[in-house]
Amino acid sequence: MADEHAHAPHVHVTPMWVYLAVFAALAAGTLLTWWVSTIDLGWMNTPIALVIATTKALLVILFFMHVIHSTRLTWVVVIGSFLWLAVLFVLTFADYLTRVWQIY
Amino acid sequence: MSVVTNEDSAHPHHPFLQHHFEDLGQQHEASTLGMWMFLSTEILFFGGVLCAYWVYRIMYPEAWSLAAEQQNKLYGGINTLVLIVSSLTMALAVRNAQLGRRKATVGMLFATLIFGGGFLTIKSIEYWQHFHEGLFPGAHFTWNEVPALAPKVQLFMTFYWSMTGLHALHMVIGAGLLIWMMMRAWRGDFGPEYYGPVEIMGLYWHFVDIVWIFLFPFLYLIPGPHHG
Repeated sequence: MADEHAHAPHVHVTPMWVYLAVFAALAAGTLLTWWVSTIDLGWMNTPIALVIATTKALLVILFFMHVIHSTRLTWVVVIGSFLWLAVLFVLTFADYLTRVWQIY
Repeated sequence: MSVVTNEDSAHPHHPFLQHHFEDLGQQHEASTLGMWMFLSTEILFFGGVLCAYWVYRIMYPEAWSLAAEQQNKLYGGINTLVLIVSSLTMALAVRNAQLGRRKATVGMLFATLIFGGGFLTIKSIEYWQHFHEGLFPGAHFTWNEVPALAPKVQLFMTFYWSMTGLHALHMVIGAGLLIWMMMRAWRGDFGPEYYGPVEIMGLYWHFVDIVWIFLFPFLYLIPGPHHG
């Protein structure tokens, strides 16, 4: 609609269809991850579930949380926080997954 | 009585512009950045529990998948969808605030509150059922399908209760924030120039949604026992 941008030239108003498309993708992802879990794909089940969940999270962060239109400083903080999360996981599993004397 | 004269009376300050900011745009950027700083602590807070969860899931794959069979996938799936709908209505509340649509903002915040309440209601039913099935960790824990794995299944349930409990606590706090935002929106505080609080509250709500996006597959959809 034309009047949507009239009052606030500096405000980025995300078009309605973007929100609806992201919502549809999130709902589809939920059904997909549930459906895939009912099929026996051996070791592939877990990576597939992780990829779907990560994709859904990325959609929420970029579009619902407006990070795609954020300042670069916000990007640094967002990426930085996931970097720290990666450090937590990588260092933890560099330990636990290499304890060859234990039987997992 | 002295009068403050350092403000240009032709361009009076917006009532919600804090004095230490140059303008509303700078104030908005600062609050967005500050909220993301807080969310990074939240990411690592939930990340710590998730990391511990994965350590034990890799150690006890059989127990983990047997324990996940105790979960009601239908409730979990419906709750995931309910929470995604609430994220959509939250995003639309921010959009309506940006456009200065007062009643639509209040309406969308209220819808978010309703769907959030729906999530907590379904979660409560699950909690009640688990409690009566003896799946609450502690002295009264009862699960005897594979007695040798019972302590490990109890460990899974400890993760289940603490992770979903922490998540539900965040939802309850979010519900309180929603009511506060509804009152402010109703009062007419928000518009194209100033909608920061709704946006920041939205960041919190969407973050809580993201946590659940991971909890659903991690706690309900674990692959079968023979290929953990």
